[in-house]
Parts: sequence; structure tokens; C-alpha cells
Amino acid sequence: MYDIIIVGSGPGGLTAGIYASRSRMKTLMLTSQVNPSLITTTDIVENFPGFPGGITGYELIERFTQQARLFGLEIVEDDVVSLERASRDSTDIWRVNTGKGSFEALSVILATGTEYAHLNVPGEVEYTGKGVSYCATCDGPFYRDVPVAVVGGGDTAVQEALFLTRFASRVTIIHRRDRLRAARILQERAVAHEKIDFAWNSAVEEILGETMVKAVRISDVGDPSEKRTLEVEGVFVFTGYIPNTVFVRDVVECDESGYVIVDDKMKTSAPGIFACGDCTKKVLRQVITACGDGATAAFAAEQHAQDLKGNAYGAWAGF
Amino acid sequence: MAEETFVENPDYPIELNDDTLDEAVRKYPFLVVDCWAEWCGPCKMLGPIVENLAKKHQGDIVFGKIDVDKNNKTASRYGIRSIPNLLVFKDGAKAGDIVGAMPEDRLLQRINAFK
Repeated sequence: MYDIIIVGSGPGGLTAGIYASRSRMKTLMLTSQVNPSLITTTDIVENFPGFPGGITGYELIERFTQQARLFGLEIVEDDVVSLERASRDSTDIWRVNTGKGSFEALSVILATGTEYAHLNVPGEVEYTGKGVSYCATCDGPFYRDVPVAVVGGGDTAVQEALFLTRFASRVTIIHRRDRLRAARILQERAVAHEKIDFAWNSAVEEILGETMVKAVRISDVGDPSEKRTLEVEGVFVFTGYIPNTVFVRDVVECDESGYVIVDDKMKTSAPGIFACGDCTKKVLRQVITACGDGATAAFAAEQHAQDLKGNAYGAWAGF
Repeated sequence: MAEETFVENPDYPIELNDDTLDEAVRKYPFLVVDCWAEWCGPCKMLGPIVENLAKKHQGDIVFGKIDVDKNNKTASRYGIRSIPNLLVFKDGAKAGDIVGAMPEDRLLQRINAFK
């Protein structure tokens, strides 16, 4: 029996892990083998305070993990399948079921993050790993001196497009609108970059190739009959996100897109379940905001666990 | 590298490179090669899973690993455009590949499907 189980190991979950372990809560973190924290696939994080030269997403997560372990956080690699209510000595607890077994806790913190949305166009699934990619830092170096396309106009799309200019001969940003949504500094860099050009007001219709990607067919958003084909060997997709919340949608209240609804204490609609970071409904999904949420969630989860222990006076000696 | 330097039934992924891959493919009737690189976060997640499988399935599946950053020839020869990427070789020829990180049980299923 744990005081707190944290599901997910990104910035939100690890910050919650640091706070909860440091409070001497018996805390378990379950990390996914399928969905790594998206920040680990990010080339460089340059807006996290304390790192004026920037830091790679992977290294940042390594440091968070190291810090959490120093305070005694237990980490197990196992994907969570479901959450269910259970009872121990007439106290309501949560049982977290994974592929391998189940774990029990007084409080649960959901920090499951998001994954990249797919385009859902012909050729996308077929050419995944053969030119279609969702990770520029993983795959960028395989595209030396060849033209590639980046789909999307947000921070991730533009940042990854800039990263890809180190390898590719040309990077075309395909975006549905006539201007970028990314932070202004990224926009300025992209517009000024000699290797980057833009396909504005354009939607991807199909990814074409033989054994590998050879081209992408796009159409004009205003007039879909107007089509053209860009010859590229890589298509990097950064069009949006899907919250990793499928397994909890019947347990906690979510919005129409599947983001977990939380209050200012990071409480969900289910007593004892808290959520933090990108999987929650919020205005800004960044490392720094996930960390803030994580600290709050740990504080509230601890309070809940202590309340339950108080209610079940003396009954917890065995745990 | 000479053929005899490869052990018969390794319980760990054997280190391969552009020059030794063919030798290993010829030697082992069922070989799974983990193509990875230092820069790739998901590869670092898959690495320990592959090591685990190599230990558990010693004598059944032989695993190798190759740093595709230092071994460009292998990357271009097998059209690798995404890593982690497991190349599966059966009876001396490429039988297929498995792209992306996944949990141990699913990975094993995908590998066994090539048997």
C-alpha cells in the first residue's frame, strides 16, 4: 500500500515525485514503456528558468529523475490499464492495474501527458519509419542533404523545423493557416532561415512513395481543388496532441478532447485522484507549468492521504 | 572480425558494426538487431528492454545492437529513417523490421511473428 501513486514520468509527475518523496510520503511512480514524456524528444528547452544556455529535453528529465530518486522515489516501468475503487479497513483507496499486476494507494496523481496527433491521411501509417516521423531529434540525422516537410505551425513544429535545418537541404513548413502560432522568437528565426520555406493555407492530402516517402500532396484550405505536390523524403508531423487519458475517462471527468478537468488544487472529479501537467485542461502546456501543477498535486495528494490515515486511526500500522 | 569471435548463445545484445553485421547474419539463423543512436531518447527506453529479452530468450533469439550514427552504411543499406528500429534477420536474410519503442511483451510478440 502506497500513500501516493504517480502515473507518468514527465516534468509534472517527476516534480510531484520530488515533493511527495521529500514529504516522506511512501510514493510509487509508474512510467510508461510506450509513451515517453514528449519533452524527452525535444531538441532543446530554452525557456526553463535556470538554464540560460538551454538544455535538451532528455537531459532535463534525467536530472528531474535523479533528484526524485535522491528523496527515495520508487520508480517502476509498467503501463497502467485501469484505475478502480477499492476498500481497505473501511477506507476508500484506489487500485491501479497494470499489465503485470496491481498497486494500491490512498491518493493517485495522473501525470500521463499527451502524444502527438496523427494526420489520418493515406500513406501516413504505411510510411511511418519510412519517411513519416513524429520525432525530429530521433530521426533528423537520417535526412542529410534531402528535402523534408514539417506539418504544423505551433511551437513544436517550428522548433523542430529549425532543428531539421542542420541536416536537411530544405525544410518546408506546411500549415493550415496564413501565419504561425509559435512563439514570436521561433517565428522570427524560421522566417529568417534560408533553408526554411512555407506552404501556407495548406493541408496534407496524401503521403506518396514507393518503399520510402517520395513526396507529399497538399491542397489549398480555401479551395481544395487546388493541389500541388512537394518532393520530400521526410514528413515530420507536429499538428497537435492527444491526451493519454483513455484509461481514466470513465473514472474522472474530462473535457470533450479528453483532457482531465481539475480545480486549483489539481483535484479531479474523483476523490483521491489528482492530475497535473499536459494531460489536464489548461491554457499553457509547458515544462514550467507542468512542474507547478505537479508540486500542487503532490501537496493536495498528501493532504488527502493524511486525512484518510487520520480517519482510519491506528489501522495503518501494517502498511 | 572473424566469425569465431561471436559467442554461440549470447545472453546480451552483441555489439555489431558495418563490417561485422553480415557475419552475424550468416552465423545466427534468427537475429534481431537494435539500431540505435546516442541522440535518440526512445532508443534509450528500448535498450534495457532488448537486454532483458536477450537474457530471457537466450538460445532462442539472438540480439545484436548497432549504433547507426557511427555505422551509416547499415542505415542506408536497410533504408532506416526512424529509430529505434529493430531489423529482423531470418536464415541469412532480412525478414522485416519493427519501428518504435514498445513494451516488452508487445515487442516479443512482434519478434515472434517473424519466426
